[in-house]
Amino acid sequence: MTELRQRGVREPDAPPEDKESESEAKIDGETASDSEGRTEPAPPSTSIDDTPEVLNRALSNLSSRWKNWWVRGILTLAMIAFFFIIIYLGPMVLMMIVMCVQIKCFHEIITIGYNVYHSYDLPWFRTLSWYFLLCVNYFFYGETVTDYFFTLVQREEPLRILSKYHRFISFTLYLTGFCMFVLSLVKKHYRLQFYMFGWTHVTLLIVVTQSHLVIHNLFEGMIWFIVPISCVICNDIMAYMFGFFFGRTPLIKLSPKKTWEGFIGGFFATVVFGLLLSYVMSGYRCFVCPVEYNNDTNSFTVDCEPSDLFRLQEYNIPGVIQSVIGWKTVRMYPFQIHSIALSTFASLIGPFGGFFASGFKRAFKIKDFANTIPGHGGIMDRFDCQYLMATFVNVYIASFIRGPNPSKLIQQFLTLRPDQQLHIFNTLKSHLTDKGILTATTEDE
Amino acid sequence: MRVKVLGLLILEGLRYGTVRLARGFSRSQGFLSEMFAIAGKQHWKQLERTETDIDDRYGDLDSRGDSDLLESPPSSDRTPEILQKALSGLSSRWKNWWIRGIVTLTMISLFFLIISMGSFMLMLLVLGIQVKCFHEIITIGYRVYHSYDLPWFRTLSWYFLLCVNYFFYGETVADYFATFVQREEQLQFLIRYHRFISFALYLAGFCMFVLSLVKKHYRLQFYMFAWTHVTLLIIVTQSHLVIQNLFEGMIWFLVPISSVICNDITAYLFGFFFGRTPLIKLSPKKTWEGFIGGFFSTVVFGFIAAYMLSKYQYFVCPVEYRSDVNSFVTECEPSELFQLQSYSLPPFLKAVLRRETVSLYPFQIHSVALSTFASLIGPFGGFFASGFKRAFKIKDFADTIPGHGGIMDRFDCQYLMATFVHVYITSFIRGPNPSKVLQQLLVLQPEQQLNIYKTLKTHLIEKGILQPTLKV
Repeated sequence: MTELRQRGVREPDAPPEDKESESEAKIDGETASDSEGRTEPAPPSTSIDDTPEVLNRALSNLSSRWKNWWVRGILTLAMIAFFFIIIYLGPMVLMMIVMCVQIKCFHEIITIGYNVYHSYDLPWFRTLSWYFLLCVNYFFYGETVTDYFFTLVQREEPLRILSKYHRFISFTLYLTGFCMFVLSLVKKHYRLQFYMFGWTHVTLLIVVTQSHLVIHNLFEGMIWFIVPISCVICNDIMAYMFGFFFGRTPLIKLSPKKTWEGFIGGFFATVVFGLLLSYVMSGYRCFVCPVEYNNDTNSFTVDCEPSDLFRLQEYNIPGVIQSVIGWKTVRMYPFQIHSIALSTFASLIGPFGGFFASGFKRAFKIKDFANTIPGHGGIMDRFDCQYLMATFVNVYIASFIRGPNPSKLIQQFLTLRPDQQLHIFNTLKSHLTDKGILTATTEDE
Repeated sequence: MRVKVLGLLILEGLRYGTVRLARGFSRSQGFLSEMFAIAGKQHWKQLERTETDIDDRYGDLDSRGDSDLLESPPSSDRTPEILQKALSGLSSRWKNWWIRGIVTLTMISLFFLIISMGSFMLMLLVLGIQVKCFHEIITIGYRVYHSYDLPWFRTLSWYFLLCVNYFFYGETVADYFATFVQREEQLQFLIRYHRFISFALYLAGFCMFVLSLVKKHYRLQFYMFAWTHVTLLIIVTQSHLVIQNLFEGMIWFLVPISSVICNDITAYLFGFFFGRTPLIKLSPKKTWEGFIGGFFSTVVFGFIAAYMLSKYQYFVCPVEYRSDVNSFVTECEPSELFQLQSYSLPPFLKAVLRRETVSLYPFQIHSVALSTFASLIGPFGGFFASGFKRAFKIKDFADTIPGHGGIMDRFDCQYLMATFVHVYITSFIRGPNPSKVLQQLLVLQPEQQLNIYKTLKTHLIEKGILQPTLKV
């Protein structure tokens, strides 16, 4: 173990590890530093180095605090503009971007693991981590692709075989990785290797499942992808603004810069923002329709008859608001009611994902996950609040918006055995007859 | 005289087994908590000074030899008095052998007993084993990180176990109780919003974890969080796959588990008598002769066990819940897999056996695949557990079973088997679960149900499965 550490220190890309060991040595005097916020000047080799020259020159006159503020602001606008461009380019590009973000997040977290355990040189381990990432992605993409591209898959013979035995193939691939791990256990590094194994699996659990749920939401309709993500971003920005201008009472010891004023102000601002955004977006078909794969044109299309959720309806305003606004009814999309639920979750529970990430960073004595984005840190820093949102939206859709997919059910039905099909058919028939939906006259049609 | 003693021993063993398990559970808890109360206070002070040096401290431990064992109580304390007396005459090595042998027989007879009691008892047994394994691994985590006194953590670990179990039981078992569920209103509500309720429960646990983070113990708390989640991933998913296999037919539960046990025993015997070449550095007692001998004997054993079990409807039929009888029944028309068929032998076997054809159950061919997996890949689960024990410097996971160690020690090779059997069944034997399809059908909107009904009707009539003139 000591040999590995020394070797790590002597390597050329040692600066982050050097910083690690330095900070570990200072542990006695460092208990105070846990409570220091982000406003302290950054230790060397963090964000300021990556700021482009142009920005540096333009802002060279301002003081360090405002300079930081401007850098963050400009980068935020750049990222939001980038987001709009990607949306414009369509679902396929969005899927690619989600996949890239997932890989980058995985890479960041695994790199932290290497730094913490000084295990960069463990035999096989880097290969195995990426291999496991590949296996899990193959499994998830296979499951999604089989559902949405059913007709395409049925046509091509090799794809059909791959999809029929998909679970078995994925399991075999995973098992190969598992056996390689067991065979690669080296005498003096057992514990390290098990730690890295556990680290990889927890990271996969968090990062990869989330990204696949995001893609599921995307296929449901781009609005289910855009509104939650924008709500989280808006909550971040609004809470920061409210905290900046009105902040007084600290919220939680983990993140000393968060305040109750920011939290509550952000909540109300996000709900209003969600309502407005969903009103604007529900008008357009390209956001509202489920993404489908068109066999003839061999591309993704978003063309459909908008469902009830996205059609204007009249709602009676309760008495108390009637006197305030002076209207009797209001025309809203039903989706806007759902957006209130989504925004509420984004503002109340989403920050817990951020606290989790803050705790993680404090636990492992790192300031940021990585230095990819100047002024902000790594990709994971931007996506830590999104962490729980994707799962919530997916569960929400599955529970409240739509049930199981009828066409998918028919597909599953067709693969059953004849006696099972007959049994299900008869049960369904008796159920429908009991409920009165099926009568003798409808049956004869 | 010897026979009488043996008979007495077996009966005593059975009685002691159950009592000891219960006592041992509470005793190990008491023992460990005593240990932590003393060790914890000293270590706590050390911890505050060197929190980030945990890995350095353990890094030094890593470089020490395997013979340096810390804090592992010897297992022979647990042997019942009566066994001690009967075997006091023999030498220590044979004594250990006898203890292991007797306990093995006791466990196997207990297993047979529970099988005869039916599928519901088996499900309870699987649940009990899952909870015990989880407890063993979490206790090791506490010991490794000296984190027994961390605020909230014990509560949170058990809470997460509860959440994940609730989620899985809701997804799998609820499908099978579809008719029962349709009758009760509250159950319908729970089933319909099942995912949402499970997610809300999990989130509550997650938020409690975040709120419980204490300033100087962040890293420890994250370690324990990750430890709990990896343990849940391994143990709880496996046990649910075991239960799903069980519902497919008890033979899918019995044959894989017996193949793994048989492989364990025959590899040990072959290694004992013929063992020469070591197999892997992780487990120095395993040999290539044991491995290969175990492989062949397990395949033969699986073949024979499949032949014997395939005859009985009790083992072969999928487990169903009958609402009128309010219990599980296994009654059906055995599928083709379990009906004797004639296979023509390839020429060289024909010459050897001097027969043209042989009648086999098709399931026996599948059992060859299952036994092969159990003997070739199953041991990797055992090596994984051995590596884990060496990494954390423990001799056994716990000392619940005299002579064998903890429950997890017995089930480490089963680890991969359950997943393999489940994947095998879904890929090669049958497609999607019919009860689940039915469940989802019943949840749809009435218009959708009517549409589907019409589509299905035309499809079935086309295929000739449903007669158009028959009004059923």
